[in-house]
Amino acid sequence: MFHKILIANRGEIAARVIDTCRKLGVRTVAVYSDADRDARHVALADEAVHIGGPAPKDSYLRGDAIIAAARATGAQAIHPGYGFLSENPDFVDAVEAAGLVFIGPSAKAIRAMGLKDAAKALMEQAGVPVVPGYHGANQDPEHLAGAADTIGYPVLIKAVAGGGGKGMRLVERPQDFAERLESARSEAQTAFGNPAVLIEKFVQKPRHIEVQVFGDGTSAVHLYERDCSLQRRHQKVIEEAPAPGMTEKMRAAMGQAAVRAAEAIGYSGAGTIEFIVDASDGLRADRFWFMEMNTRLQVEHPVTEAVTGVDLVEWQLRVASGESLPARQEDIPLTGHAFEARLYAEDVPAGFLPATGTLSHLKFPDGARAETGVRPGDTISPWYDPMIAKIIVHGPTRAIALTRLAAALDATEVAGSVTNLDFLAALARHEGFAAGDVDTGLIARDLDALTEPRPASAAVTALAALGAAGLGQGGAALAGFHLWQPLARDVGLAGHEAVVELLGPGAARVTVDGQTVDCRFEGGRWWIDGRPMTDRIILTQGHVSVFGPGAHHFALTDPLDRDSGVAGGGLTLSPMPGLVKAVFVSAGQAVAAGDRLAVLEAMKMEHTLTAARDGTVAEVLVTAGQQVEAGAALVRLEEEEEA
Amino acid sequence: MKLRSSVQTGSEAFRANRAAHEAMLAQIADAAALATAGGGEKALARHIARGKLPPRARVAGLLDAGSPFLEVGATAAHGLYDGAAPCAGLIAGIGLVHGQEVMVVANDATVKGGTYYPMTVKKHLRAQEIAEENRLPCVYLVDSGGANLPNQDEVFPDRDHFGRIFFNQAQMSAKGIPQIAVVMGSCTAGGAYVPAMSDVSIIVKEQGTIFLAGPPLVKAATGEVVSAEDLGGGDVHTRLSGVADYLAEDDAHALALARRAVGNLNRRKPETVAWQSPEDPAYDPDEIFGIVPGDLRTPYDIREVIARIVDGSRFDEFKPRFGETLVTGFAHVRGCPVGIVANNGVLFSESAIKGAHFVELCSQRRIPLVFLQNITGFMVGRKYENEGIARHGAKMVTAVATTSVPKITMLVGGSFGAGNYGMAGRAYSPRFLWTWPNSRISVMGGEQAAGVLATVKRDGIERAGGTWTPEEEAEFKRPTIEMFEEQSHPLYASARLWDDGIIDPRKTRDTLALSLSAALNAPIEDTRFGVFRM
Repeated sequence: MFHKILIANRGEIAARVIDTCRKLGVRTVAVYSDADRDARHVALADEAVHIGGPAPKDSYLRGDAIIAAARATGAQAIHPGYGFLSENPDFVDAVEAAGLVFIGPSAKAIRAMGLKDAAKALMEQAGVPVVPGYHGANQDPEHLAGAADTIGYPVLIKAVAGGGGKGMRLVERPQDFAERLESARSEAQTAFGNPAVLIEKFVQKPRHIEVQVFGDGTSAVHLYERDCSLQRRHQKVIEEAPAPGMTEKMRAAMGQAAVRAAEAIGYSGAGTIEFIVDASDGLRADRFWFMEMNTRLQVEHPVTEAVTGVDLVEWQLRVASGESLPARQEDIPLTGHAFEARLYAEDVPAGFLPATGTLSHLKFPDGARAETGVRPGDTISPWYDPMIAKIIVHGPTRAIALTRLAAALDATEVAGSVTNLDFLAALARHEGFAAGDVDTGLIARDLDALTEPRPASAAVTALAALGAAGLGQGGAALAGFHLWQPLARDVGLAGHEAVVELLGPGAARVTVDGQTVDCRFEGGRWWIDGRPMTDRIILTQGHVSVFGPGAHHFALTDPLDRDSGVAGGGLTLSPMPGLVKAVFVSAGQAVAAGDRLAVLEAMKMEHTLTAARDGTVAEVLVTAGQQVEAGAALVRLEEEEEA
Repeated sequence: MKLRSSVQTGSEAFRANRAAHEAMLAQIADAAALATAGGGEKALARHIARGKLPPRARVAGLLDAGSPFLEVGATAAHGLYDGAAPCAGLIAGIGLVHGQEVMVVANDATVKGGTYYPMTVKKHLRAQEIAEENRLPCVYLVDSGGANLPNQDEVFPDRDHFGRIFFNQAQMSAKGIPQIAVVMGSCTAGGAYVPAMSDVSIIVKEQGTIFLAGPPLVKAATGEVVSAEDLGGGDVHTRLSGVADYLAEDDAHALALARRAVGNLNRRKPETVAWQSPEDPAYDPDEIFGIVPGDLRTPYDIREVIARIVDGSRFDEFKPRFGETLVTGFAHVRGCPVGIVANNGVLFSESAIKGAHFVELCSQRRIPLVFLQNITGFMVGRKYENEGIARHGAKMVTAVATTSVPKITMLVGGSFGAGNYGMAGRAYSPRFLWTWPNSRISVMGGEQAAGVLATVKRDGIERAGGTWTPEEEAEFKRPTIEMFEEQSHPLYASARLWDDGIIDPRKTRDTLALSLSAALNAPIEDTRFGVFRM
């Protein structure tokens, strides 16, 4: 076993690898960019080496710097994690040339799987099923119809030169083939000037099922499948193992095919064979086809770990250090069911845009595994993948595991950035998903329902108001004491009219947007209108978050965040008597806050006068060379429009 | 030692007492509601229409959310000026700003434009006195037209009139007690000196005005026509005159600026007493209502009240077998050590000597004193006069008058005659003096006063050979009894600021705790007693 390795990655995967190294007594070296100086993975590692600027090309993609760091620190091997340099064969060559061990497959294996078409051909030779199709030059209609018969209906006719659906036809019955071929060809001719087509198997209800394999360079085993069908625009959202509805027969067939694939290229280390599965008729052993191989550890590897009890990173280290496969196929158990949900800093209503922010509050649920690269107070920067964490649950059955997933997501607390947590929670309660009726189109079909905003109830808003008043935990012993008349205070909940009238310790009347509720604090929780609230109220700088089932975040208005500095009517005034040296703006010109308007010379000093706010110059009241008095109006901005 | 209560909460007397106290409390609550309503709905609507926050919302906005508010003079001016000045047109009290206890004094402009009636002046001065004695920063939320002109003779000329406000500001500023003014409306004539005399002043844009003479007076005096805003608005005072330091956009912004100013005071409470962790009383304070008889003449054991005020109901009674009509001892109120002096009957020589002894002890140990006052007076009669009860009473009065430890007085029953002096009545400058709705205060009881007058009258009639029937005597005594009844009532007393306010007896413990906490903002000085008549 190595005594020290370097992890050429960041975030949760770097932290994950460090965890296993700790367990094995292997010392770790982290690398970091400027943006990650204080990151969790750096803090966890025994040593850390700075490798460059925040952009990946300046740091985590700099193979030379990483290899230099490994040599400088005496690391014997490099774990690439996933992404970045993990599937770069040139990097593998360079690592080996430097006399270090790359914890992963050989450069040759990576290259063999790197080119998708060549990989498919290779797999076909190895007896791994690939999506049936005809890509030949013979465009004779009879020949093409024959090819379609061989492939099996339904088939897709696609223009060779095509794109955007032009020249594409779905054919469900053989008797329609000739007619659809003709129309596809004429459309292809019109659109691309080339009538040539190819025929492919049409996968009606596609599922993404992948098989985890592990090789030692000569032989390989599989660690069963994962179903990653819940995707949004090819991004996996929730993964599970095993695949729902999987039969022993199909599992055996897929497993054998995956092992064949790995052994065909002399694969070493952890890898994943991705298959597309036609689930229109349930799962059938003859309806899965090779798509591609990922020659690295996958993001979703923890679900496999959960159902097999194997630490895949440990296996990676053992095999890379020269051991043969740690277990025989028949010794690898498959127990229960596991899910993984990917928690991202994402603005779901804005179309799942990546978000950034400082995580003022972060709490993961008990009883679930959380893989994360961040701690409370850490920042999700714009430089990298905005993943906050992976939440992994396991249960004896799929139904139990899914219930645990929903509960774990409900108990996950993040403040400081918008997240996809509500979306994940909605997905965890999706009926079709619960029934195991999944395919890669599920999220897109039900996107509206899954992303429907859940407005905060009056009770939750009242809790937020109490939190804003610092009363989340009921308040101090003498909180709200009054002799006769309780004081009612606007607590500054942005977007709401929220007034808290504290009647005494643990008793309040809260009026939110015109609705008044009665609040009592008893037994460590608030009761609103007689109903106990289990939600947690977290007050952070400028925000209050209410975490119950699901989270609601409220911004607090800062009453000091005003500016009385601008003179009425947007006038910029001369601060002292002086000579106007220069004027930089003219009427009608748009200016931004901070832009230079004029320079005043007074008391042998030059004073630059800047715009106090964004606006349009209405009038310039002085000219260069003019002497002005203190308080003289120099430039007037147009009145701000009422918002 | 933990006090053991012998109260039967299920008894008929308990229920009757409770009913009597609830009725008395309801009367005070009605008066307090009138006071908090200020100038009424129409005036409030006009106030809000000008973009101003209601006066109590201003106080709330200044204080920390969840802050306690120990209001002073909540029913001041009740029944005075034909009810024209609810709450004396001024809200005053102690609350927390950034965790720091401050005295807030806020004009209520819905009450006659926030002008100063005689009781307004008295209340403002009392609030300042509390601030000065206890070293509490002052925040003035100013919105006042100045002196109430029809009452100028009782507002302007004397020592404790309007001018004393600014004298106090200067004195406090000199002692390092911060003075912060927020001008949220008019601040005319003498009132202009509130912000001007403050260490820091904030003014609300297009709302606050500060001038010695308003536009009408300026026009009358010099013929100059000028708008209020140009004469003394926020822009003028923060940009040109320098009378104010910060320009606020509106009330909420001004209060936030004031909060920030308090946050930057760099103050810390002095080390005074050895705090313990607070503990609830073993007996429910709510039971006070059932324990204390509705009729002042019915005796009860004051220890039953003490058991419902102090931490863990623990009371280290001092000299329990001597001078038993005065109960003295050590306890804690929400963690603060206190020496309690409580009446349990008329004062005898022994009680007075014991009281003086105990006050000396607390002074030496720097333990704040709490007086639970329910006293008909010192014992009268030849035996007592001859043994020198006046001499012994004087010892107690001297000790109480000259001790330097903070004194908090709670009037839980009668406050009659010289007993008032020995038990730290208003004249003995307790830091705070609170009263219960059942309390009564007068030089003697109405019956006794009428009796004294009737005896003199009867002597005169009989000397002249006339006769006086019992019916005639009763008719003679009635107006005196009625006058004493009216004038000794706590609402009558509190309206005139003879105390700091009437409280719900069930809030006694918390009121004491807040009073003690406020008082301990000032260091406890060494005591130098006067000459004790031995």
